[in-house]
Amino acid sequence: MSDHEYTPKSKVGKWFNDRLPLLTLANHLTDYPTPKNLNYWWTFGGILTFCLITQIVTGLTLAMHYIAHADMAFESVEHIMRDVNYGWLIRYIHANGASMFFLAVYIHIFRSLFYGSYKAPREIIWIIGIIIYLLMMAAAFMGYVLPWGQMSFWGATVITNLFSAIPLVGEGIVTWLWGGYSVDNPTLTRFFTLHYLIPFLILGLVVLHIWALHVPGNNNPVGIDIKKPSKDTVPFHPYIVIKDGFALLMFMIVFAFFVFYTPNILGHADNYIEADPLVTPAHIVPEWYLLPFYAILRSVPDKLLGVVAMLSAILILAALPWLDTSKIRSAVFRPLYKQFYWILVADVLILGYVGAMPAEGLYLLIARIATAYYFLHFLVILPVLGYKEKTLPIPLSITEPVLGGSPDLVAAKNKESLNN
Amino acid sequence: MKNYFRILTLILFFFGLSYNAQAAEKVEYLKTDWSFKGLFGKFDRGSLQRGYQVYTEVCSSCHSLKYVSYRNLAEKGGPEFSEEQAKAIAASFEVTDGPNSDGEMFTRPGKLSDKFVMPYENVKAAQAANGGAYPPDMSVLVKARGGGANYIYSLLQGYEDPPLGITLDEGVHYNKYMYGNKIKMANPLSDGLVEYADGTIASVEQMSKDITTFLMWTAEPHLEARHQMGFKAIVYLIILTILVYFSMKRIWSRIETEV
Repeated sequence: MSDHEYTPKSKVGKWFNDRLPLLTLANHLTDYPTPKNLNYWWTFGGILTFCLITQIVTGLTLAMHYIAHADMAFESVEHIMRDVNYGWLIRYIHANGASMFFLAVYIHIFRSLFYGSYKAPREIIWIIGIIIYLLMMAAAFMGYVLPWGQMSFWGATVITNLFSAIPLVGEGIVTWLWGGYSVDNPTLTRFFTLHYLIPFLILGLVVLHIWALHVPGNNNPVGIDIKKPSKDTVPFHPYIVIKDGFALLMFMIVFAFFVFYTPNILGHADNYIEADPLVTPAHIVPEWYLLPFYAILRSVPDKLLGVVAMLSAILILAALPWLDTSKIRSAVFRPLYKQFYWILVADVLILGYVGAMPAEGLYLLIARIATAYYFLHFLVILPVLGYKEKTLPIPLSITEPVLGGSPDLVAAKNKESLNN
Repeated sequence: MKNYFRILTLILFFFGLSYNAQAAEKVEYLKTDWSFKGLFGKFDRGSLQRGYQVYTEVCSSCHSLKYVSYRNLAEKGGPEFSEEQAKAIAASFEVTDGPNSDGEMFTRPGKLSDKFVMPYENVKAAQAANGGAYPPDMSVLVKARGGGANYIYSLLQGYEDPPLGITLDEGVHYNKYMYGNKIKMANPLSDGLVEYADGTIASVEQMSKDITTFLMWTAEPHLEARHQMGFKAIVYLIILTILVYFSMKRIWSRIETEV
């Protein structure tokens, strides 16, 4: 992995390292040459690692007090909130942590989209990322079921029922998923088991994600290949560590505000009503981070096609490295793509908004247009743009942006000339 | 740095959007100055104690508080009755316990460790006594309703004669804040219904405020601790962030690149 040989200084260190090169790994991680022009959009990788660890640690603690039983789950959550020492704190961190995790992951994904981080040679990093994202959605959905409130129960009913759209075997699959003929205790216990398992799968994939990243090295805002190590790079420690740390602290302030002052604003009030199979809530809405896909699901009149559309909306991302035909990575040098990028961001936000609204009238119409545009972006605009777009000249290196067109680069250049 | 503010604006914009999405179909609720809102929000002890009185004398004949224990009444951040008072309150209720060594269930006076005694044996009994409607458990009621405290406060004052053209079935009442405007609970409050021990005049508005404050506490018994810790945590984070920012500036100054 490392570009240069590393030998520990001490004898013991050398003896150990020859048998298990952990010190070489640690040396690789601290010395890892990182492009020095990474901006704050690049700090979300570190933030996501923090989110994952927070969720695992708080989750373990909650699992010590939670009871996965249809008759006791809701009560055990109230027990955590009232009688477990700082149980309220741990649960609110865990519940809001899920939202923070998704907030960070969306920023992370959209950063990749803007700077073309998914393009060769980073396709595997990107695909592992999409798998992590899918697992995150599964974990979040099952986690939301565990308190066994009304939204838990009916959300689980709606989502598991999607599988019934599969021809011939659909109904059988749903019964198999439920472990019975409706969402009930067997469903809860298996969701709890899977909710406990998935984060560790994610953790393993995160290791692969980072490993795959360390092969070609980071992409950067200019989107050009750089020599490592060189004038264009800085060692990961201390430069990137302190910058990631600073960004993480800013993120934690926002996080803390939610946990301590508006801990329930991101959840649905109905989830504080114990699950009742006989009473259907007026509106069944998923958590905010799933709303865009929920909007896509509902905008298709046919159930099976709706499910297909929803799944395709996520899986299409995995094909992105091949759908985007442009050789230029960074949107900084792609004036047209840059505009379409922001339209896509707006499109996804609109989908999220209509996903929270009843699927009728104007909302449904907007949802349909936004859904159509979403697929148009990936299936038509991106492939065509690669051939048609006239891109700006790209610089040869980060430190010598002679051909640079971006304001960042001009600023860097000015600073350099001032220093000379 | 500039970039970070852009990210923050985006975050806030997005949450603003999703918040509006939820708020879109709300009716305007009555508002009052809740002492428990805000960065340093605390419960008004007097209001909590009066609210407890309204609960016992009015609500508790139909509504349970099954997640609340008598000991909670004496705990910090709650109504803060003295331990003797809380013991006396608990002892005034008959609790079914057992089975004893003869295998019989028996009743005894309540203890601090007991949960609040439920008005009905089970949901069916509650429904049978209330024309088929189940009076919901009120432990987390404030958090279980979209409008929160303002909703409960408004609902209690929202009873009106039905507008022309709306006919109500037997045992159904009109309330302008209820979802669908039809509610099975009869107007529970009227001026002077309870006689407050501290001499406060028991108007409907006052009682609504007190019981809502009390229910906010039953739903969030650790609210005060949360606000106190939150303020400390955020101040700590801000100071640390500033320190880390300057260390970062210094470290990056070695290579003359804008951070």
